[in-house]
Amino acid sequence: MKINNKNRIALTGGAAAAEALKQIEPDVMAVYPITPQTPIIETYAKFKADGEVETEIIEAESEHSAISACVGSCAAGARTATATSSQGLALMNEILYVASGMRLPILMVVAARALSAPINIHGDHSDVMGARDAGWIQIFSENPQEVYDNTIIGMKLAEKAGLPVMVIMDGFNTSHSVENLEILEKEQVQKFLGEFNPEKSLLNVDDPVTFGPLSLQNSYFEFKVDQDAAMRAAAEIYADINAEFAEISRRMHSYFEAYNLADAEQVIVLAGSTAGTAKDVVDKLREKGKKVGLLKINLFRPFPREEIISALKNAKNIAVMERAISSGTYSPIYQDIVSGFYQTDARPKIQPYIYSLGGRDIFAKDIESVFEDLEKGDISKEIKYSGLNKII
Amino acid sequence: MNKEQAKNFAPGHSACAGCGFPTIIRTILGESKDPVVISNATGCMEVTSTLYPYTAWKVPYIHNAFENAAATISGVERAHKALLKKNVETRHASSVPKKIKFVAFGGDGGTYDIGLQSLSGALERGHNFLYVVYDNGGYMNTGNQRSSATPYGANTETTPAGKESFGKIEMRKNLMEIVNAHRIKYAAQASVGNLPDLKRKARKAFETEGPSFLSVMQPCTNNWKFPTSMFVQYAKLATETNFWPLYEIENGNYTINYPVKSAADHGASLPRERKPIEEFLKGQGRFKHLFTPENKHVIEEMQRIVDSEWERLQKLANQNTIPTKLPEINQTVGVSAQTE
Repeated sequence: MKINNKNRIALTGGAAAAEALKQIEPDVMAVYPITPQTPIIETYAKFKADGEVETEIIEAESEHSAISACVGSCAAGARTATATSSQGLALMNEILYVASGMRLPILMVVAARALSAPINIHGDHSDVMGARDAGWIQIFSENPQEVYDNTIIGMKLAEKAGLPVMVIMDGFNTSHSVENLEILEKEQVQKFLGEFNPEKSLLNVDDPVTFGPLSLQNSYFEFKVDQDAAMRAAAEIYADINAEFAEISRRMHSYFEAYNLADAEQVIVLAGSTAGTAKDVVDKLREKGKKVGLLKINLFRPFPREEIISALKNAKNIAVMERAISSGTYSPIYQDIVSGFYQTDARPKIQPYIYSLGGRDIFAKDIESVFEDLEKGDISKEIKYSGLNKII
Repeated sequence: MNKEQAKNFAPGHSACAGCGFPTIIRTILGESKDPVVISNATGCMEVTSTLYPYTAWKVPYIHNAFENAAATISGVERAHKALLKKNVETRHASSVPKKIKFVAFGGDGGTYDIGLQSLSGALERGHNFLYVVYDNGGYMNTGNQRSSATPYGANTETTPAGKESFGKIEMRKNLMEIVNAHRIKYAAQASVGNLPDLKRKARKAFETEGPSFLSVMQPCTNNWKFPTSMFVQYAKLATETNFWPLYEIENGNYTINYPVKSAADHGASLPRERKPIEEFLKGQGRFKHLFTPENKHVIEEMQRIVDSEWERLQKLANQNTIPTKLPEINQTVGVSAQTE
């Protein structure tokens, strides 16, 4: 594919999501403002105001109603998207389960942000981690390019897997940071997506269907196990769609990104924007001859456990760095990694880290010090908090 | 049951004997000339009509959750608008009909209480839909807890009558006035006890462009505690005592559809006398505790509430100084760019 200058632009993560949505041009978007997601829906509203898209936009009176309207719209056979953050995602929580239980392929872009209290508008993963069992496919993005790509991939994945998809970027770190990226032509995106043609629709009045029935002890269990099977099957569909996407974009995404991982002895595992800083640190330490590497998680739900554990099997020491607390236990990715290793014979030491809650900056020196601790074997079962001020 | 009656809602549901909402559904939907699509809040109607793998609905139907029937139908309605703009024949076996009536049903709990915000949002956004609240004065699906539609003095599981309590101490919320505050073109209060009136109102609601609203009295045999054969009688008594006046609000103007003579009429000649509230209360288990000397004041207070609400309604109906036509917003202005 020829890349001309107009396909190379500088955008924030939020604007990159809006650009991808413009090229998807969903039939319906139901939205509600919340920081730091708002630029996405504002930018999209301007596209509509300027006649660039025909999408029906529902300006709902809450996130709860926004996602509820998305359920109605998607069940009516319309390609449907929304976006939110933080408290908004928490308010949607009840309906997240309805959307996935009805197997509705809704796309939601999330600018991940801390949860109250105390109130904080900045980035971390508390909101999306709180929704990890809601039956939504979850894809993390490192930078505006990945936000753009994942938004398009996510829409197709939702419709192929028959499940809703969350495309996640770090609030402010990515949503409000400008980077260069390469975009496709709208026609390419439309061709890539194809038509949304669901088997059943509320608008097909000749074939009336009841969505959302009451299902009791004799059937509920089967519905849920069936739904989980669809989630597990989604990993392979994601891989296939990534391959198709690479054909038109020359950018190949995978379950995870392995950065200098093959021979790495000291490895950091994380998701999201911090991967950029971590890669710089890996480069610097590699120059000094250190065998360090990074595994950046892209697909978090379904969790590609075997692939991730296999990629980590040669590591001596691993630090799992997370921007979320799972109160009273280890954070989610650490739990997934440790339980994954238990199914193999490999027994690397694995250190849980929590960092950057509520938008606390993380610097290269912080990541260097994580690698130093790994190298020293300074590893314990106690959670370490990177960047935490001493509590007085 | 005759086929015409059951064309939208089949007889094989599991609503209680003596429940009125199957009649409400059939009466209202029967007045639509166009195909209908239903959104339903969690509640009695939903659980008794959709027990998997069965459904009583012979029309497209979605139950999302308790508080969001209005938001859900907003999404369906806009999806219809969006798909009509496209060549929808590629999407479905048969093409999407140009005209569909979108109807949301909720009980009073799902409407007056937990779904009020969702309803308000959908009314304000001006979706083309009819919202129907079937009002049985409480959370009946979960076993008779009080809602903001429960009458003053009612004995419920969460406002039980006892040595120190005569039941619910608050007045009912006036939802019709809240709905009217959205300046929608048509809102009406109707009853399962007067089907010709309900039919006429359903027809008007379906003829309305934009949102319309019907509040329908639905006596609950199970939790009002009266014999199953008497739901129509109690619905009628609710109107004859002015507890549940039948009226409509068109473009802000009130019309009382069942006028009665009361103290406020000062000798005006009207066809009927208002029956005392006791006529409605007696025989209902939820008000049984009121018929004791120590609770006589509660019945007196109920009568006072009913009369003052009626007087207020009459004044609103007599005023009608409100502009006969609501200011129109030219809906096409905002979309002209993309319809060309």
